[in-house]
Amino acid sequence: MRLKVNGEIREIRDAATVGALLESLEVQPGRVAVEVNLTVVKKAEYGSFRLNDGDEVEIVNFVGGG
Amino acid sequence: MEDRLVIRGIEFRSRLWVGTGKYRDFEETKKVVDVSGADVVTVAVRRVNITDRKSENLLDYLDPRQYKILPNTAGCYTVEDALRYSRLAREAGVSDLVKLEVIGDERTLFPDTIGLLKATEILAKEGFIVFPYTNDDPIMAKRLEDAGAAAVMPLGAPIGSGLGIRNPYNIRIIIETAVKVPVVVDAGVGTASDAAIAMELGCDAVLINTGIAGARDPIAMADAMKHAVMAGRLAYRAGRIPKKLYATASSPIEGMLL
Repeated sequence: MRLKVNGEIREIRDAATVGALLESLEVQPGRVAVEVNLTVVKKAEYGSFRLNDGDEVEIVNFVGGG
Repeated sequence: MEDRLVIRGIEFRSRLWVGTGKYRDFEETKKVVDVSGADVVTVAVRRVNITDRKSENLLDYLDPRQYKILPNTAGCYTVEDALRYSRLAREAGVSDLVKLEVIGDERTLFPDTIGLLKATEILAKEGFIVFPYTNDDPIMAKRLEDAGAAAVMPLGAPIGSGLGIRNPYNIRIIIETAVKVPVVVDAGVGTASDAAIAMELGCDAVLINTGIAGARDPIAMADAMKHAVMAGRLAYRAGRIPKKLYATASSPIEGMLL
């Protein structure tokens, strides 16, 4: 599947859901937030939220800031 | 004497809040936070590095069960962006707290208070506990309170400038008459005396990032800021003497040799 993840176009095979995408990117789901096409996905929905070809995904976490 | 800071039912142990930006590494960040005694730490929301998964997470060093994580919307110049970052922050974190920034100008990083007011109103309705970063205008502080802000965070001076509290009179008016919600001075504190002045004016807390992170020895400065905030608060509660132009002798005239 072709997705835009954090601004980069990527071909990811196992990314049927948000949960699967995080697993294939080796991102721990606990401390991130995910947005698909500008909509925030609730943590409880990671396993069921389906991704489609061309989706734009943002995965963010906390960094140092003032 | 008990002197508790409670905002929307959340009790804050420390009146010094610290930012976590600009440190060498998470190790230094953690040391500074511990020495400062702060229980509130601000953080920014940014993209995860998906190409290098070995990179560490800030929350591995600052446990959200121990510290109140206050995400900011730094870098947002529009209401839409500030809302987007706030909603992401809520999902990434563990609370509804947000330090709301809607920036109006790159060079001064002064807030766009019109956008700030709109975003505060929307987020407060969505259940966020909003701490808007605003200018030192008492009327705007009041408008933010009316829009649902949990506290107001007027700037002492531009972010990272170290210019101190440039308009102590306005800060005092904000505290004394403009708002009932807590007032937290955010930005501009350059050294310990600036933090003490903010607290002597009656601020409920002070948020410092660059003033500590940019010091030659950040850990020592964190210690200095901690004491300055405590001293300033004590002095405020003790009630300072009025300023007068002329002297009043401290020693009695009576009993002097004629």
